[in-house]
Amino acid sequence: MIPDDRLYTAQHEWLKVEDGEAVLGITDFAQQELGDVVFVELPAPGQEFAAGSEIGAIESVKAVAEIYTPVAGSVETVNEGLEDAPELVNEDPYGGGWLVRLRVDDEGPRDELMTAADYEAQLAG
Amino acid sequence: MQRTVLYRRHVESGARFGPFAGYEMPIQYEGVLAEHRAVRERAGMFDVSHMGEIRVRGPRALPLLQRLTPNDVGALHPFRAQYSALLTERGTFIDDLLVYCLDPEDYLLVVNAASRARDLELLEAAAAALGHGVRVDDQSDETALIAVQGPRAAEIVADVVGGEAAELRYYSFLHQDGEERMVSRTGYTGEDGFEIYTAADRAEDLWAEFLERGSDAGLMPAGLGARDTLRLEAGMMLCGQDIDEETTPIEAGLSWIVKWKKGDFTGRDALVRQRENGCRHRLVGFEVEGRGIARHGHRLTVRDAPGCTGPVTSGAFAPTLGKAIGIARLDCAGGGPPEPGSAATVTVRGREIDCRIVRLPFYRRPKRGVRGGARFR
Repeated sequence: MIPDDRLYTAQHEWLKVEDGEAVLGITDFAQQELGDVVFVELPAPGQEFAAGSEIGAIESVKAVAEIYTPVAGSVETVNEGLEDAPELVNEDPYGGGWLVRLRVDDEGPRDELMTAADYEAQLAG
Repeated sequence: MQRTVLYRRHVESGARFGPFAGYEMPIQYEGVLAEHRAVRERAGMFDVSHMGEIRVRGPRALPLLQRLTPNDVGALHPFRAQYSALLTERGTFIDDLLVYCLDPEDYLLVVNAASRARDLELLEAAAAALGHGVRVDDQSDETALIAVQGPRAAEIVADVVGGEAAELRYYSFLHQDGEERMVSRTGYTGEDGFEIYTAADRAEDLWAEFLERGSDAGLMPAGLGARDTLRLEAGMMLCGQDIDEETTPIEAGLSWIVKWKKGDFTGRDALVRQRENGCRHRLVGFEVEGRGIARHGHRLTVRDAPGCTGPVTSGAFAPTLGKAIGIARLDCAGGGPPEPGSAATVTVRGREIDCRIVRLPFYRRPKRGVRGGARFR
């Protein structure tokens, strides 16, 4: 099931926005495609990112996937649990496998982001 | 894209497929980590039917193979196999291969899928140049290849094909005529294991039988993903990636396949020059000490010898070791290869990560009794 309390990108990331903060992660589909995650590279707190820029990378045994933030913002915290347990991205992509918490600058419309229903339709494709 | 005869079996087992050397091959079933672990701790089974099998027969088969490969085919007894190569005149790899001796006038070469056509062409041209006395047949399409690898492989294979398999020594094989198959104690994982060459039309049944009878011992199907991490931990080269037409056996640390005293062979002059003058390029193993994973194409540089640098040819997270490892092709100019233990860095997405040069292999299987099948004797 795809949680409907957040938004999705075409690159299989999810974004949950609340009170000027946005939590970023990858979807269940993305973790399945990647396979066993063995390392997650995350930004340093305080770092600023423009919308669409590369914010980190997820390495599985067989491949690497860059992570892009769909919104501009500065890094508030990162999921430090992933350092010792990168497999959380596989096991709980919508929960314990979250990646980054950003303080977002503007609350404007985010046209390029999809609802859960739209994302599901894209996957069904 | 071609498929092996076992394609339907892989679909039944829930495989995820990917392209490899023109074939749609199973990359993973349950997951690379689980499959890797199964092979190190119990047993895994791979479909490697994409590999090519070329039969070379006749009274002049031996001199032809002596001329085309650097290892000493003359030293090979019936029912023994040897690791060797086809080289260019420059001494570089066209392909690496196994030579099986069925009798002194009958050999089977097992070659990589990507270079099969070229190997065949080369062998046929050499046979034609001799005029008579050698017949070259491509048997790849009627042959399937199943590898059963891991500490429990011997008991599983003995159960399915007969107890004599467990008595095979490393790099020896037996031929079961009635079953149209060859059982060989070889592999590409760093574990004890077997490779079973079977008539293609019998492969599906054999695969199913292994799955069924091996499940109690923990056998699971494993894909090319795990095969790659297993062979890399074992320090084995992948042709077309680590070794290629720009690499010689000496540069790859495979001098042992070059037999200097056996007489002339393709590439010998170039290799003699390298042996005498040293070589500029070297394949070296390295471990990543910092946080990150070096991948194919990233650049490795030796810290105390900044001129000694080159691309990573294979790089991955090594599940058994719990860290990232790799092989790099260093250009050390006149300096010679770095000593094991030397500090190095690899650049990954603009970040420099600490590494250390280490001796190959990264992983050696724990001794369980005596090596190979000797403990059964």
